[in-house]
Amino acid sequence: MIDIRDLCKFYTVGDERVRALDHATMHIYPHEFVSVIGPSGSGKSTLMNIIGCLDVADAGVYLLDGVPIEDYTENELAHIRNEKIGFVFQSFNLIPKMSAEENVELPLIYRGMGRAERAKRVRHALERVGLSNRAKHQPTELSGGQQQRVAIARALVTNPSLILADEPTGNLDSHTSAEIMDIFHELHEQGNTIVLITHDNDVAKQARRIVHILDGRLSEVSL
Amino acid sequence: MMTLRMALRSIGANKLRAMLTMLGIIIGVVALVVLVSLVNGATSSVTDAVSSLGSDMLTVTISDDKGLPVDLETLSDWSQDQAAVGLTAPSVTASVTGKYGSESDSFTVYGTNAFYDDIAGLKLCMGRFLNSADVASHTRVCVLNYKAASELIGYTDCIGEQISFNGMKFTIVGVLAESESITTSMRSSGYIAYIPYPSLMRLSDSVSEAVTTFVVSAPDGRSIDETEASLKMLLMERFEMDDDAFSINSMNILEDAMSSITSILSILLGGIAGISLIVGGIGIMNIMLVTVTERTREIGIRKAIGATRGTILRQFLTEAVVLCMLGCAIGIFLSWTILRIAAVIASSLSMSFSLNGTVVAVAVIFCILIGVIFGLYPANKAAKMKPIDALHYGG
Repeated sequence: MIDIRDLCKFYTVGDERVRALDHATMHIYPHEFVSVIGPSGSGKSTLMNIIGCLDVADAGVYLLDGVPIEDYTENELAHIRNEKIGFVFQSFNLIPKMSAEENVELPLIYRGMGRAERAKRVRHALERVGLSNRAKHQPTELSGGQQQRVAIARALVTNPSLILADEPTGNLDSHTSAEIMDIFHELHEQGNTIVLITHDNDVAKQARRIVHILDGRLSEVSL
Repeated sequence: MMTLRMALRSIGANKLRAMLTMLGIIIGVVALVVLVSLVNGATSSVTDAVSSLGSDMLTVTISDDKGLPVDLETLSDWSQDQAAVGLTAPSVTASVTGKYGSESDSFTVYGTNAFYDDIAGLKLCMGRFLNSADVASHTRVCVLNYKAASELIGYTDCIGEQISFNGMKFTIVGVLAESESITTSMRSSGYIAYIPYPSLMRLSDSVSEAVTTFVVSAPDGRSIDETEASLKMLLMERFEMDDDAFSINSMNILEDAMSSITSILSILLGGIAGISLIVGGIGIMNIMLVTVTERTREIGIRKAIGATRGTILRQFLTEAVVLCMLGCAIGIFLSWTILRIAAVIASSLSMSFSLNGTVVAVAVIFCILIGVIFGLYPANKAAKMKPIDALHYGG
C-alpha cells in the first residue's frame, strides 16, 4: 500500500545542508493504523509531506498503491492527493466563510463529480463523524472538536486509500482528543488505512503499530 | 458555474472592500458612458440643426466640357427627366461694382435661376426670389442679401429700387432674410446679389451659355450621397469617363467638420475615461494581491485536497473578472440614471441624451479585459504557490 525505500530529502538552510530524511524505509499495509512519533525537527513533517504527495523526495522510492510517486508534475500530484489521500491537520484547516457541508464537498468538486452524487457523499461523511446536524454551520460557529470532525469528514468523503493525520489532536483538550481518537478507531475498524503523525506518546500508543522517527531515520517499535 | 458561485461568495464575504474596489471601475464606466453619450447626443442635435439649414446641396464645377457644354436647358432637362437629381440651378459668380445713389461697393453677383433659393435654403425677408419668367425673358431684376440692402441701400424695404451693376440698372425684387443659411454666410460675408443667369451673361464677358458651376439638390426621398453617386455617373457618361473634367463638392463640409470635431471629442473624452478605468483596474489588481496573500492558507488547503494550478488560477481570475463586471453593471446603471436626469434637464435645449449602445458594449468589453489583465498576475501568483509553503503560512 505504502512502500517507502531509502527516501532522502535535503534542505539547505543557509550554507548548511540539512538531511530531513535519511534513507527512510517503511511499509504500510492496507487497513493498518500506524502512528509515526518523533520530536519536533525529527523529519516528521517532511515524511508526512512526502507521503501526502505535497512534496517529492530527492532520492529513494515511494510507491503509493504500487504507483511510484516521483517526477510527477504539480497537477498530477494534485490529482493523486485528491483521489488517494485524505488530510487531517492539526489546525483543522477548514476554509472560513464556507459551511461544514461545503468544506466537505470541496474535494468532490475538484474531482468533477456531479451534484447529486456529491450531496449523497457529503451527507454520508458528515453522518460518520456525527455532525449531520451542523452541516450548515460555518467553521467559526463550531467548536474545535467539531471543526476537526468536519476536517475528518472532508478527508473521508473521497474514499481515499490513506487518511493522513498530522497531529490531529494537537489543538484539542484531552476530552475532545479522546473523541477524535475514537473516530479514528472507528474508521480503522471500518477498514480505512490511517497514518497518524504525532509527538504525543499517549496518542501514538493507541495505534496498532508505532514507528519512531529521529533525525530523519525511521525505526519500528513493536508492541 | 461552481467557480462563479465561489467567486461571488468570496466577494460577498467582504462587501465593503469589494465596493471600494469596484468604485474605481464604477467611476471609470460612468465617465466613459456618460461623456460619450453626452457628446453623441449633442452631436446629433447639432447635425440636425446644420442639415436643416440647407446643406443638402451639391456643387458641380465643370472644368472641361469636351465640346458638350451644359447650358440652362440641359440643367432643366436633368431636373425633369432624371429621377436621380432633384432641382438644379446655375451658380456662376462674377465680381462687379454695385452703385446705388452716390454709394458704390464691390458685389458678388450670382447668375442663377428660380430654384436656387430652394436648393441653397435661402430665406427671404422682403419681396420674392427670381422666377422662371425672369430667367426666360432676361429681366434685369435682382435679389440682394440682407447686408447689401441694409448697408448700401440703407433700408431693407427697398423693393422696386434700382441698383446698377457695372452701369447696368437692375430692379430689386427681393431681399434675403438676415439669418441666411450657414453655408451661404460661410461662402461670403460681403455684398451679394442674385440675378437671372442670362442677365449675368450680358453683365460679364467671362460668362457664356455654358454653365461652369451649378448646384443640385437631392430629389425627395433620396439621400445626398445617393444623389452624388448618380450625378457622378451622369457626368461621367457625358464627359467621356474623364473624372478630371468635373468635380462635385458636397455642401456637407460643415456637417463633416462638425462630426469630425465631435468624434475627436468622443475619442478624447473616452480616452480620459478609459484611463480612469485602467486606474480602477490597478485598484482591482492591488486588492486581488492582498486577497491572495490573505488567503495563502486557503490556497494551501485547496491544493492539499486536490485543486490544480488551473483550478486556483480560474478561481482568482473569475473573482477579479466578476468584481470588474459587477462594477461595470453598477456603472452602467448609474450612467443610465444620470443620462435620464440630463435628458430631463436638457429637454429645453432640444437635445436628446440616451445610453449609447456601442459605448456600453465598449465599456463591458473593456471591463472584462481589465478584469482578465489585472486579475491574471495575482491569480497566477496564487496558482504558483507550493502547497506545503501555503499550508504552513502564518501558522
